[in-house]
Amino acid sequence: MSLRLHGIGLTYPDGERTVHALDEVSLRVDPGELLAVTGPSGSGKSSLLAVAAGLVRPTAGSVHVGETDITGLNGAALSRLRLNRIGIVFQQHNLVASLTAVEQLQVTEHMRGRSARKARDKAVQLLATVGLSGKQHRRPSRLSGGERQRVNIARALTARPEVLLVDEPTAALDQERGARIVELLRDVTRQYGVATVLVTHDTQHLAQTDRTVAIHDGKLSG
Amino acid sequence: MFVAIRDIRFAKGRFALMGSVVALITLLIVLLSGLTSGLADRSVSAVRNLPATHLVFGGAGDEQPEKSFADSTVTPRQRAVWENTAGVRRVSPLGITTTRVGTPNGSEASATVFGLPPDAPSAPTGTSDSAVVISRSLAEEQRLHTGDRLSTTAGELPVSAITSDEFYSHTPVIWTTLDTWRELRTARSAGAETPLATVLSVEAEPDARLSEADSAANTLSATVGDSLEAVGSFSSENGSLLTMRLLLYAISALVIGAFLTVWTIQRSGDVAVLKALGGSTGYLLRDALAQSLIVLLAGAGLGGAAGVALGSAAGEVVPFELTARTTLVPVLVMIALGMVGAALAVRRITSVEPLTALGAGR
Repeated sequence: MSLRLHGIGLTYPDGERTVHALDEVSLRVDPGELLAVTGPSGSGKSSLLAVAAGLVRPTAGSVHVGETDITGLNGAALSRLRLNRIGIVFQQHNLVASLTAVEQLQVTEHMRGRSARKARDKAVQLLATVGLSGKQHRRPSRLSGGERQRVNIARALTARPEVLLVDEPTAALDQERGARIVELLRDVTRQYGVATVLVTHDTQHLAQTDRTVAIHDGKLSG
Repeated sequence: MFVAIRDIRFAKGRFALMGSVVALITLLIVLLSGLTSGLADRSVSAVRNLPATHLVFGGAGDEQPEKSFADSTVTPRQRAVWENTAGVRRVSPLGITTTRVGTPNGSEASATVFGLPPDAPSAPTGTSDSAVVISRSLAEEQRLHTGDRLSTTAGELPVSAITSDEFYSHTPVIWTTLDTWRELRTARSAGAETPLATVLSVEAEPDARLSEADSAANTLSATVGDSLEAVGSFSSENGSLLTMRLLLYAISALVIGAFLTVWTIQRSGDVAVLKALGGSTGYLLRDALAQSLIVLLAGAGLGGAAGVALGSAAGEVVPFELTARTTLVPVLVMIALGMVGAALAVRRITSVEPLTALGAGR
């Protein structure tokens, strides 16, 4: 299932003027494809991700996850969509402080109404897939930046989503660790057949992506 | 409860502190409830346990009757009016006087003399003229036995029987006949009519014409429950302790609400992430409320148990009533009020914006 954004516009008032965060943005990401969206701070990258995740309703255009037009869905339906069909990888600190690595994955299964205990084996296996064998009992404070990002990726994959949205995954990592994370994202995109959008201002690892588009002042190019 | 339990394990110190506060407040409320109830029992048990529906107060002479055992006197005429009132099944005069009695071992003790007809339903076995039936606690405190003689203003009266404990105005009750009570009673003017007793103990049907009887006899009738406030100092004593309990309940709800508000603000970042991942507001609210319930159950349970243990020990030296009403009810009220505070605190989860989970703002 693909992710399609068509004619997306996003404006919001800022004092007396209107800010165009996104302007006529259209793109399509197919299953198994890793798309990088690059741009400087304030270019609209995060807005694009927020619209694609259903966290912000666009003022124009439509977003399709597979055949579902998500722009008309209500808040509860959008939550269910994110829970079951969209995986989000946040920046490194966005793990729940009180949960161990395996529990970060189990909690998403629990939120789906499934038994967290039964989901444990699958979660441990998923952590092994992202290179975290034997570290499932560590809390975020006892994981390195790269390891936290791997937990983030594993957590986003627990529901086997159709779309994976990745927010600045290398922002706080050194070059070597950043490269490994992008490599991992490329691998899981292939392995899980997921349509992945990687938002980053870091242009060092773009060679590992399938396609790159740039965004400036809310407009897509490339 | 998935996150709730793990949060508690993760922040053991903070939750232990909160649980301790809940436990201490619960302990205080349980102790205060037991003490309030015990003191109330010492103040009014003899009145509360009268086999009557109403008590009738009379005024001295031509004075308007007031609901006060200290000021009330009733006359034979008033008794007759009440006996002839439709719906009144039974009328028993009851004389009440607090006095001091001397014991054979030379000590003196305060006691309240209840004078009543020997055939009255509330008269204990052994009630007779020129003799007294005493409460067990008085017998134990003063090492009195049946046959011992007590020195009173009416002369020496033998103890004819020892019966179960009843108290009036924090003194043990002594039972005797109305004639003997009159001899004991400090002289008090009752106008032209001879005082019969302090009050009338009345057993009436629900549809009895009490107000008509009050008008005809110039009396004031009240249910037994409402009559308790006629015991000197009972209302103020009970009111003060009740106010303290209510304040403690309010404080506990505020403390729990304040703690959980701070806690919810601290974890709003985690809440935003869970919402962004697709967690529903309902799921997160249930989880947060479950967390509050765990803390309240543990804290109030511990405080309640400590209250029962301390109350049992305190009951040996102070009037302390250990019942479900004084232990279980305060614990349940604490939990309920704590949950109200928690509900107000965690409702801010509904306003946490999942969008804040994106970006580096956390």
